[in-house]
Amino acid sequence: MATTATLHSHAPQGFIRKYIFSLDHKVIGLQYFFLALTAVWVGMFLSLLMRIHLVWPTASLPLVGEIKPEMYLSLLTMHGTIMVFFVLTTAPQGGFGNYVLPIQIGAPDMAFPVLNMLSFWTTFVGFVVILAAFFVSGGAPLHGWTGYPPLSAVQSAGPGEGLGADLWITSIAIFCAASLMGALNFITTTLDLRAKGMTLMRMPLTVWSWFITAILGLLAFGVLLSAGILLLMDRNLGTSFYVPLIVVNGQIMGHKGGSPLLWQHLFWFFGHPEVYIAILPGMGVTSQVLSTFSRKPIFGYKAMVYAMLSIGFLGFMVWGHHMFMSGMSPYSAFAFSLLTMCIGVPSAIKTFNWLGTMWKGRIRFYTPMLFAIGFVSLFVSGGLSGPFLAQPVLDIQLHDTYFVVGHFHLIMGVAAIFGIFAATYYWFPKMFGRMMNESWGKAHFWLTFIGTYAIFMPMHYLGMAGGTRRYSQYTEVAYLQRLMPIHTFMTYAAIITIASQFIFVINLFWSMFKGPKASDNPWESTTLEWTTATPPPHDNFGGRTPVVKHGPYEYGVPGAAKDFIMQTDPATTPAH
Amino acid sequence: MADATLQHDSVQHGIRGEFEAPLFGAYSKKVGMWLFLASDSLTFGALLVAFSYNRISNPAWPTPFAKESIINSTIMTACLLSSSLTMVMAVFAAQRGDKLWLRNWLFATMGFGTAFIVLHGMEWSKLIGEGMTPFKNPWVPTVPQFGGTFFTLTGMHMLHVTVGVIYLGVIALRKMFLPILGALWLAGYFLIPASNVFHYGVHALLIGLIVSAVILFLKPKVYDAHDVEVAGLYWHFVDLVWMFIFPLVYLMSTKIV
Repeated sequence: MATTATLHSHAPQGFIRKYIFSLDHKVIGLQYFFLALTAVWVGMFLSLLMRIHLVWPTASLPLVGEIKPEMYLSLLTMHGTIMVFFVLTTAPQGGFGNYVLPIQIGAPDMAFPVLNMLSFWTTFVGFVVILAAFFVSGGAPLHGWTGYPPLSAVQSAGPGEGLGADLWITSIAIFCAASLMGALNFITTTLDLRAKGMTLMRMPLTVWSWFITAILGLLAFGVLLSAGILLLMDRNLGTSFYVPLIVVNGQIMGHKGGSPLLWQHLFWFFGHPEVYIAILPGMGVTSQVLSTFSRKPIFGYKAMVYAMLSIGFLGFMVWGHHMFMSGMSPYSAFAFSLLTMCIGVPSAIKTFNWLGTMWKGRIRFYTPMLFAIGFVSLFVSGGLSGPFLAQPVLDIQLHDTYFVVGHFHLIMGVAAIFGIFAATYYWFPKMFGRMMNESWGKAHFWLTFIGTYAIFMPMHYLGMAGGTRRYSQYTEVAYLQRLMPIHTFMTYAAIITIASQFIFVINLFWSMFKGPKASDNPWESTTLEWTTATPPPHDNFGGRTPVVKHGPYEYGVPGAAKDFIMQTDPATTPAH
Repeated sequence: MADATLQHDSVQHGIRGEFEAPLFGAYSKKVGMWLFLASDSLTFGALLVAFSYNRISNPAWPTPFAKESIINSTIMTACLLSSSLTMVMAVFAAQRGDKLWLRNWLFATMGFGTAFIVLHGMEWSKLIGEGMTPFKNPWVPTVPQFGGTFFTLTGMHMLHVTVGVIYLGVIALRKMFLPILGALWLAGYFLIPASNVFHYGVHALLIGLIVSAVILFLKPKVYDAHDVEVAGLYWHFVDLVWMFIFPLVYLMSTKIV
């Protein structure tokens, strides 16, 4: 034991053990972060191609030529899949959760470092496999990120439904396994490796959010794994789990008696918690950043914790609201609808508490703060359309329109991305030991903030006017033609917003090497990661563990010497 | 009991300092196994839902299991139940430091597990011989789901039992288990005729051999009472899953004369 202990506390020296197959949660966190950064550019490029095609359907584009309807569906599928799995699940949880959670609870590393490394490299393989789907014969699949059968279950159903669809399912199964390993590790670490004094109710809200996200992942991904295996069997072994007796291209398929609804149930039992897996870490980061930059304790800490717990709990009981269109019994629809609207209550509690945190604070408008406020704004705008869609009657009208596209992009797409941006600008000094450029950061924020509203707000009007989603062309249908100006506006907005992301990337890489050196606690924050060196040593705290004396958000305590009290500060807090 | 000797994980990291007591009073490996079992039960849960969903939506579900099948599956169930008992005895032996009986009880558990796999394999071969495949069955041709759900559920479970036997073998014998596993793989490959599905299925043992070799050579260690207890958790879970599959798949499809 003694030899392994000494071996483990020393940082590995070789390049491969240090940067490639590292067991250090900080290196693994950065690996996840850069994987997600690569994936988000791929996903964004696909969305750009789609937006351009919608407005100029016959244009010949670089790399892809003229986009055919099937190819449009491939772009749609791969955009959704890459964004949901390899960006929104990977960056906030695998990236920042991995990097920050152990430090914030005072742990030297994750509970299972080898499993952690395995989890990243499995995710990496999953990403390579899904990219491979572009290059096989027939190209990428066209069944959407939800992969509804029979389209996804029959090889001859379309050009991308051969090998491409097999690779798609395989990639998702690999991703499930990786996420399960990660989730298991996060929960165990939080339960077992908290420093002395770090009681549950002293954990930063970021830790709570990653912890709850991990529980959701642990329970959700196993179901998708099974569903994916059954889909693979339907495609390759001739079973009929999801496929009824159907005729494809004039040929009777060998399947009979299966039910596409089974897939929808299994998929959305995973799919709805997945939405919260994407957004919960953003909520945690927003709470942390709002409190830090308002120089005020978070408003209603316990209410925030219980709100996140109930969002997670309710998230498992509402999957049916994705299936109102599938011919559901009105009684089930009523139950799903009611439970869905219940989620509005904890969400409103959170929004109220964020506003309460900022109210009468001494707000410092640094870039992370701007993105956190942007998160709250997008959470409200995207969330308000939720109760519309939660009602079966309205949902049947709106379901296949751009209204839904606008809703979920605002709330789980862009809001979660704003959480990632806030986290990047906030923790960048700790990760790389340098500060990011503030002016570029602010320019990036305003362009992105206005840009995303300009893209996704009009989608609501488009949807209410009957603009159907998933269609590759609108130029040939008379009533849809009249909606084309909205599409043109959204496409220009998308081009500008995507162009402004170059500001972020240039800022990121320039600051990594040339930014001004950061101190250990540049934001005057209170949580444990700011008590250690910048960047943190291999075992996070240099051979000791911190002892925690205070709650996570002791800002502006009356009678205290400074306007913030670190969690490890030995001084007793004046009564307040 | 075993937790009395609990060493905090920080010891493994060579960190001085105090930590909060683990929330559920359990060491990380045990928590990790419980969490894995939680997610695995959801994985099995999805397959059981798929089975039940198909069963309810196809009223003409075949009921082909005659007396011999039911007797066979009852013996299989008895094997698994007994193996749970011997696993408990193994954990007790490990906790009192009795190496001889730890090994004996683990061998007994592995023996019952292997008997289960062999009996189940014979059952599969018999059904395949009668013309059952994942996409058709000779009894009710309009319900191909019967074969699909049967082979998926029981196949997934058989895989878990196989992993469990290898897991226990590694705990009991460490590197000495590798040649035994290799011999089992080769024997299976050469003795099972090529017409039988397990002629290829036996390669799962090769994968198990490679994985256990990697683990044993990268992290050589003496397994302690905690490791045996964690392995026991997994084994009991696999038994528990069978207690759902047995009534659902077998008893509810008994041939009624």
